[in-house]
Amino acid sequence: MAAVLDVTPESAWSALWRRLQQDRVGAVSLGIVVAYLVMILFAGAGFLAGGWSREVGVPYANPAFIGERPNLEGALRKRAEHKGVAPDLSAVDPLAPKYAEWERRTGELKMTEPERAMTLPWGGDRWGRDVLDKAIKGSQVSIAVGVLAALCATVIGTLLGAFAGFYGRWVNDVLEWLYNVFTSIPSILLIFSLAAVLRSGAFAHLFASGIWTVVIILAVTGWTGMYRLVRAEYMKHRSREYVLAAQAIGASAASRMFVHILPNVSHVILVQLSLLVVAFIKVEVILSFLGLGVPVDMVSWGTMLSEAQTELVIGKWWQLAAATVFMAIFLTAFSMLTDSLRDALDPKLR
Amino acid sequence: MVPTLAGVILLIFVLFKLFGGDPSQILAGQVASQEQIDAIRRELGLDKPWYAQLGIFVREIISFDFGKSWMTREQVSDIFLTRLPATLTITLPILVLEVSLAIPTAMLVAYYRGTLLDRTVMAICVAAMSISFLVYIIVGQYVLGFQLGWFPVQGWSDDFWRNLFTYAPLPILLAALVGLAPQTRLYRSFFLDETKSDYVRTARAKGLSESAIMRKHVLRNALVPVLTNVSLLVPGVFVGSFLLEIFFSIPGLGREIYLAVNRSDYPVIQAVTIYLSVLTMLINLAADVLYTFVDPRIQLR
Repeated sequence: MAAVLDVTPESAWSALWRRLQQDRVGAVSLGIVVAYLVMILFAGAGFLAGGWSREVGVPYANPAFIGERPNLEGALRKRAEHKGVAPDLSAVDPLAPKYAEWERRTGELKMTEPERAMTLPWGGDRWGRDVLDKAIKGSQVSIAVGVLAALCATVIGTLLGAFAGFYGRWVNDVLEWLYNVFTSIPSILLIFSLAAVLRSGAFAHLFASGIWTVVIILAVTGWTGMYRLVRAEYMKHRSREYVLAAQAIGASAASRMFVHILPNVSHVILVQLSLLVVAFIKVEVILSFLGLGVPVDMVSWGTMLSEAQTELVIGKWWQLAAATVFMAIFLTAFSMLTDSLRDALDPKLR
Repeated sequence: MVPTLAGVILLIFVLFKLFGGDPSQILAGQVASQEQIDAIRRELGLDKPWYAQLGIFVREIISFDFGKSWMTREQVSDIFLTRLPATLTITLPILVLEVSLAIPTAMLVAYYRGTLLDRTVMAICVAAMSISFLVYIIVGQYVLGFQLGWFPVQGWSDDFWRNLFTYAPLPILLAALVGLAPQTRLYRSFFLDETKSDYVRTARAKGLSESAIMRKHVLRNALVPVLTNVSLLVPGVFVGSFLLEIFFSIPGLGREIYLAVNRSDYPVIQAVTIYLSVLTMLINLAADVLYTFVDPRIQLR
């Protein structure tokens, strides 16, 4: 009787998928993270929260569920709309002769002031923008910054770590020196120095808009941990038999480094990458809060929190709540997912 | 250490030289005549070649004389002396409180490892770490300072004891609470690493109680990685509290650097960065020496 034996070994990634499914916390976290990713994809394409910067409500519009709450700022604004007659100053105003011309030129332009809502689903900010839209758009910006910066830091750290670990000798010495230099500067000071030169420096106009300033700052300060890990892995792997075998059949150094060794250390890189995403999002929020992060015409969790600080004093808590909840759910889910990922990729660690 | 220091100086020099703005334009402002700009360039040595400028930079560092701040005309060396006490008043109590709270908490959850208590505390830690430090400060300052009035919302005085007991408690409390979650998680893993080792099994085999094992064996051995971690936190004591200083208007070093970044005040940023890097290296060196006393297995090479 011939027993049919399936000898195809399970691939590392399908094993990861199987273990993740068994881990309930990991599966739920993965679901939340995927939901966020879908949300920011829609937001990026403009289907969702595309009009976050439109002033759709009265200032500090109440959230719909507490619509009856007194809203002094909003009521003032409504009254100003209805009583829009300015006092007659034409007798004393030296610009009075120009009135007619201005009137005519105003008539050429068509301006529509949309009716401002008194309540919004999750309230409005100081200019009457929808806080829920802002939170969705802010998620897109904050997560994009975190992920992009983590990818850049990973590329830098992996390349340098691979070279240092694979070649050893003087390459290793030079890169270790570079690593020591970067780690002996306290990271917040390096971040501040980079922010200072990138904001006022020769290339300031290049980065004036967009998220690249903060991505560069984070990547340049954050690659060191990745470098250390990858270097240690490459030192371990470079003299293993499979690498020596590859060398024997004539594989070049580059091929051994990136075709043979890299897939075998990719799980270390993946876990470190997700740790970096969490850390970078936290730093981005603080930098944007301080006005050193994303530019003023964008919204991120950090800029929302900086507005929330003054709003809280007059009792408008919803923007703070929205930014905090969106951020906390994502970071918690992502951290839990990272933990599950580490357990799934490295069963020995349990 | 010397090559590293040389690297730090070179990195800061290149960063500000290559990517930074032209100092003469920042100093002279928007409306300046060519003569004014030329005069400033001569004064700062910007008309010399780059290696001469690097020489000036190194001389400034060695002689502790970075000249005056560009914006406030204050001696840069004075900034250190006047701002550091306020920073240390905040950060040293934070460090002490954080570590002394985290060690017993971590020991407790490590003792009850795998139970509901352990898992609950760890889940709370992850959730607590996911909320930005900013939110804790904003809400804490609003609720405890503004609404309940238990602490002054912000302020600082010239009297050390008044600062420590009136103005510092709220920022210290907030930072210590926020720091507790990550420290507990980390220290728990240190304790768990030790509980798996052979000497713990031996201690159990000879009939020691579980709590005696924790106190006498695990704690002492786990203190080595804890010490490593604390030595990593110590450099942060000097600037770590910049967010607190900004929120609570504490005239410390961290707030000063933040203001310098906003004013493009290069000498202040450069001086603080370089001297604190030197300090970090010295602290790390001291920690390495300390290890050989704590753990005789470790030897300096």
